Amino acid sequence: MLRPHAEEEYAGELARLAELDERPRPPGWRLSPWAVSTYLLGGELPDGTVIGPKYVGSRRLIEVAVATLATDRALLLLGVPGTAKTWVAEHLAAAVSGDSTLLVQGTAGTSEESVRYGWNYARLLAEGPSERALVESPLMRAMRLGSVARIEELTRMPSDVQDTLITVLSEKTLPVPELGTEVRARRGFTVIATANDRDRGVNELSSALRRRFNTVVLPLPDSVDDEVDIVARRVGQIGAALELPEAPAGLEEIRRVVTVFRELRSGLTGDGRTKLKSPGATLGTAEAISVITSGLALAAHFGDGVLRAADVAGGIVGAVVQDPATDRVVWQEYLETVVRERPEWQDFYRACREVS
Amino acid sequence: MTASRVEVYGVRHHGPGSARALRAALEDFKPDAVLIEGPPEADPIVELAADPGMVPPVALLAYSPAGTGEDRRAAFWPFAEFSPEWQAVRHALATGAQVRFCDLPAANQLVPLTDEEPVAEGSGDGPDGADEGIRLDPLGWLARAAGYDDTERWWDDVVEHRHGGPSPFPAIAEAMAELRARVDARPEESGLPAGYLRREERREAYMRRTVRRVLKEGHERVAVVCGAWHVPALLAGVPAARDDRTLRGLPKTKVAMTWVPWTHGRLAGWSGYGAGVRSPGWYHHLFTAPDRPVERWLTAAARVLRAEDLHVSSAHVIEAVRLAEALAALRGRPLAGLEEVTEATRAVLCEGADLPVELVRERLVVGERLGAVPERTPMVPLQRDLRAEQRRLRLRPSALDKEQDLDLRKPTDLDRSHLLHRLRLVGVEWGVPSESRSKGTFRETWTLAWRPEFDVELIEASAWGTTVRGAATARAEALAGGAGALADLTSVAERCLLADLGDALPTVMRALADRAAVDTDVAHLMAALPALVRALRYGDVRGTSTGPLHTVVDGLVVRICVGLPAAVAGLDDDAARDTLGRVDAVHGALSLLAHEGHLERWRRTLESMVARPDALHGLVEGRLTRLLHDAGRLPDVPDRMARAVSVGAAPARAAAWVEGFLSGGGLLLLHDDALLRLVDGWISGLPGDSFTDVLPLLRRTFGAYGAAERRAIGERARRLHAGAGAPRPPGDDLDEARAAPAAATALTILGWEGAR
Repeated sequence: MLRPHAEEEYAGELARLAELDERPRPPGWRLSPWAVSTYLLGGELPDGTVIGPKYVGSRRLIEVAVATLATDRALLLLGVPGTAKTWVAEHLAAAVSGDSTLLVQGTAGTSEESVRYGWNYARLLAEGPSERALVESPLMRAMRLGSVARIEELTRMPSDVQDTLITVLSEKTLPVPELGTEVRARRGFTVIATANDRDRGVNELSSALRRRFNTVVLPLPDSVDDEVDIVARRVGQIGAALELPEAPAGLEEIRRVVTVFRELRSGLTGDGRTKLKSPGATLGTAEAISVITSGLALAAHFGDGVLRAADVAGGIVGAVVQDPATDRVVWQEYLETVVRERPEWQDFYRACREVS
Repeated sequence: MTASRVEVYGVRHHGPGSARALRAALEDFKPDAVLIEGPPEADPIVELAADPGMVPPVALLAYSPAGTGEDRRAAFWPFAEFSPEWQAVRHALATGAQVRFCDLPAANQLVPLTDEEPVAEGSGDGPDGADEGIRLDPLGWLARAAGYDDTERWWDDVVEHRHGGPSPFPAIAEAMAELRARVDARPEESGLPAGYLRREERREAYMRRTVRRVLKEGHERVAVVCGAWHVPALLAGVPAARDDRTLRGLPKTKVAMTWVPWTHGRLAGWSGYGAGVRSPGWYHHLFTAPDRPVERWLTAAARVLRAEDLHVSSAHVIEAVRLAEALAALRGRPLAGLEEVTEATRAVLCEGADLPVELVRERLVVGERLGAVPERTPMVPLQRDLRAEQRRLRLRPSALDKEQDLDLRKPTDLDRSHLLHRLRLVGVEWGVPSESRSKGTFRETWTLAWRPEFDVELIEASAWGTTVRGAATARAEALAGGAGALADLTSVAERCLLADLGDALPTVMRALADRAAVDTDVAHLMAALPALVRALRYGDVRGTSTGPLHTVVDGLVVRICVGLPAAVAGLDDDAARDTLGRVDAVHGALSLLAHEGHLERWRRTLESMVARPDALHGLVEGRLTRLLHDAGRLPDVPDRMARAVSVGAAPARAAAWVEGFLSGGGLLLLHDDALLRLVDGWISGLPGDSFTDVLPLLRRTFGAYGAAERRAIGERARRLHAGAGAPRPPGDDLDEARAAPAAATALTILGWEGAR
């Protein structure tokens, strides 16, 4: 399997947590809210088991998210791309219901059927409308099972499709008029949606739908050290999953990539002295992770096995320069005015010059 | 002292839980005397706290009555509704118990500091939270011992959020005794300056002495309300003789004491006289809400958001309450605290947006609230006068910024404007004038915000007079006497007119006339004139008498006209440019004044200057030529133009001339046909060779115009040549009789009719 689900990958941790969890669990929950917070933020259990942090960042945000789910409200995770919205949603679902697979992916082409239910037309024609001819959506399944449904990129769905959620969220029921029945949600059912608040062409949520969600805005990491920590952790996990040849991901190189991304993103150098232009690309933490991962692959297969400046240079340029006309100027300016002036970055400067 | 008759209640200054617990404890104990940590000079005015006109937040203000400027010292002891001290005062006054303040007298605390006592400036550490921070945070130790990382949160949880239950005071006293024993054992670890510790010792000695005195007076049940930190020191049996020794020979100064209104914002701020309460609005709410504090708070937050047209429904509030309670349960807190309700506000009511959260913080968490003091409070006459004026003009002080539009044609608004201008003169910036939205001199827009320190400034300003008007007059006269430059004087004169200080005007004008007579620099005179002319114009709108001002202006104009020709001779480029600006300003001012005699004199001066062009800088000559041309006083402008830019003239001078002549931007050329014709005629009349020579000069001038202006000028010029004068139809077509009413109306609107 290329990528195991959260509940598979961390099955051990979840089992330990469930075993040692003595606090009250809300109906339909596998863990108590405290244990869910611990699962996401990391910590040490009484028996010495160490739970690795899944989300590095403000404890406050995770607590608000968990408390939201505990009050059977729907949760909306907002943020710019690459701020671990999907990641948090997946782990929350895994911890709360032990199942992170009940997922609707929002796109411009998402139809009402994929949110509510569709029909198996062969059977529908042969037998007429019946329970057996009904094709359930992940949302409907989650209602039946009393678990967490996830909706990715909610704002990319067309508005009329979004609004089908209103009844589900307020009445906790999904009518099937063709059969004259309805599916009523079991306790424990709730929805975690993610949305990107920076994209162009999004379909704004209607206020009726919006007010059925509690909103948590996930920020970009506060400090360089936090971000380096996140990137290093994720790179390690991904590298292991892809069975890349062992290549020590130099923390120095990671720090360099994170610094470049942060500086370009904020339009200001780390020392706060020089103003910079910002490129159109979002340059979130997720991009930094993918640049390092591909750099590692390069180093392992074609390099000397150690992550060097030359291995990440290509990835960085590709991530920054999305629009060949404007972003290239931004990048060249950054390279010549900032990177060049840093004596310890000379290898990186030369590598970037080569690929730019 | 025997413990059975003295109860010491250690409180946290401005803690609502402490206040509630204290009130219950006092009702239980029924003391016949209540001692409160505060300056004993306030004993005579403490009964004012029972007055219905006294609305917290208020503060005790101690100031040195004689002090002005440098040696002015003032200290505040703020009280909010939720301050335990305030509750103790109210309770005692209601039950008829004696109230005394037992801290070190303000007379000793306000003594100017010497080097050996480097205590923090402001000395606002009566009842405030700064104590805790400075003493290396003793509560922090307790909080850490209880497993909290945030002191405030720990204290909130164990004390402030309690409802009912046994009195917390014995436990607090025990905890503090333990802490103090630790600190005393290792004083070097506390890292406190020696001066601070000595002062602490004196304060506590004085508290003990007051307790002894009260007992000696025959009071049987004495309650002492002080900061928790002081409890062990008060309970310790220290011999009276030792305290007397500690307190002997303390330096003293003269102080006066009064109540002043205070604001929640000042309670929240750390700077200045702030008391460091992080969330006065929240505390106030906790103290005053009879029940269901979280529900009430979130409902109030929703109302704040609705007032700003943000859509927040009751359903939102319900969900916010659920979230806040779930969060509190998740974090193991007994009751949702400020953090939980703020997060619920953000996630539910504000839908994740930060800006509305900030709004709620400002309006509710800090919650601007301005206290009030009753009429009988001791005040300096100036404060009384201001209060009377505020009532007369219905201009109530408020702590939040408020915009006020004044229409100076209405008598009340005019008086309001006068009052605000006068206050500014005496240094109380209650109102700050802002850019008026409408044009016209009859409107003013002010931003009003009352700050507590204005009372101090009023007390300080009372040296100038007993009424706002009197004080402002005296201050203006003093300013005029001390003014250095002529321009400073004119600005004082302008402010006097704005504030309608007729009494000060003669003095100011005399100073102005004297100064103008001896000032030999024409530049100064010219800089002074526009402000005075403006002042004359204001006078018209405001109905101020401007007689003396006219005299000064007349004198100034004559002096300028006499001095100008000499002053413009032999200038370099920069000086010429400055002069150009001043000439324009004076010219504009004189046109505004519309005094025929002055204008005539001015024009004649200009003519005399243009008559000797060699002495003039090109820029100035060009400009003067233009001014006179506009006035129709020069018949030979084309000739002069040709002369100025002919071969004999140095190129730089020629360029300057053209620039000076055409200054005022390309728009002027666009709309003044005659001028355009003139320039056009001159350029087309140039012989081929000369044109090449002049071209760079022209480029210099025209290059400064915007591209759109240049194009428009070009089009315009082409039409001039097309002949026929397309934009202006021949005069024959005009039916004068039919046009007359429209023209008359237009003239009336422009205000020209009266002038004709």
